[in-house]
Amino acid sequence: MSDTTIWLIIVLTGIGTFLIRFSFIGLIGGRQLPDWLLRLLRYTPVAVLPGLVAPLVVWPPATGGETDPARLAAAAVTLVVGYLTKNLLAAIFAGAGTLFVLLNVLA
Amino acid sequence: MPASTIKSAYLRGLRQGLPFLIVIVPFATLFGVVASEAGLNVAQVLGFSFLVIAGASQFAAVQLMTENAPTLVIIGTALAVNLRMAMYSASLAPHIGTAPFWQRALVAYFLVDQAYAVSMVDYEERPQEPVAAKIAFFFGAITFVCPFWYGFTLAGALIGASIPPEYALDFAVPITFLAVVAPMLRTLAHVAAALTSIVLALALSALPYNLGLLAAAVAAMAVGAQVELWMQRRGIWT
Repeated sequence: MSDTTIWLIIVLTGIGTFLIRFSFIGLIGGRQLPDWLLRLLRYTPVAVLPGLVAPLVVWPPATGGETDPARLAAAAVTLVVGYLTKNLLAAIFAGAGTLFVLLNVLA
Repeated sequence: MPASTIKSAYLRGLRQGLPFLIVIVPFATLFGVVASEAGLNVAQVLGFSFLVIAGASQFAAVQLMTENAPTLVIIGTALAVNLRMAMYSASLAPHIGTAPFWQRALVAYFLVDQAYAVSMVDYEERPQEPVAAKIAFFFGAITFVCPFWYGFTLAGALIGASIPPEYALDFAVPITFLAVVAPMLRTLAHVAAALTSIVLALALSALPYNLGLLAAAVAAMAVGAQVELWMQRRGIWT
């Protein structure tokens, strides 16, 4: 990927993100969003991020796409700890710790 | 209005923003590390954190860059991750919609998850505060959060290359995203949306240009919204 393309991605994502944030406080004012739109927006993070992660968990590029029990276990631990504690950092450390132990200590 | 109202609102925001540094520091460092491992130079890594200031979408864009996805798909996916901020913007508008234009533009630039969360709580607790005080609270909340986001992105970018491969950093992005998503699975509707996203993203992974992910995301949003409606009809939506 060329430097120009990388900068293009950064700048356009930046402008687009600003416009999303500016939309209502900047231009549209205090008008109410329609319910159906609010309802869709509520699910954007849980609709995008799991789909982005799933192939990386099931077919990790680092193993040439072969399913890896250590990475599956790390993903499961992250999810469970994150769900139970609602704590981002606890989940990251639990998942990373699981992967590190499985790959370096037990292997 | 007394200057003390504004000052105390600013200091209250400052205090409310501080605890987030515990998350911001490692998250920003990790982004710096992952982005520089992906081949971005220091200026580009920092450019991301300055121009986008939205962690999850930055990670998403960098991940898709390493997969050589087309430019438009990368931008589209990163923006899809940030669509929730339209909702933030809409719910802040009644509180600060009458502030001067330049202040609203600055608020929009700094509208990160953490600042939104603490500001909405404060505005709802103190609906009678003047707009200037509400703006002051918001800027208090981002006073440490955003500079730390920039600073530790830079730190991560600088140390990135020196991290040995046995730390399996390839898996930092999946773990980070799972940790971001897990606490969001509050209702059956959120779980249904997440499952739809996973199943369709895997099933459609052979589609060219990473279009499978975008298709999965659109379907998952629709499923989440439909399950919410169904739960409302059953009287089990809270």
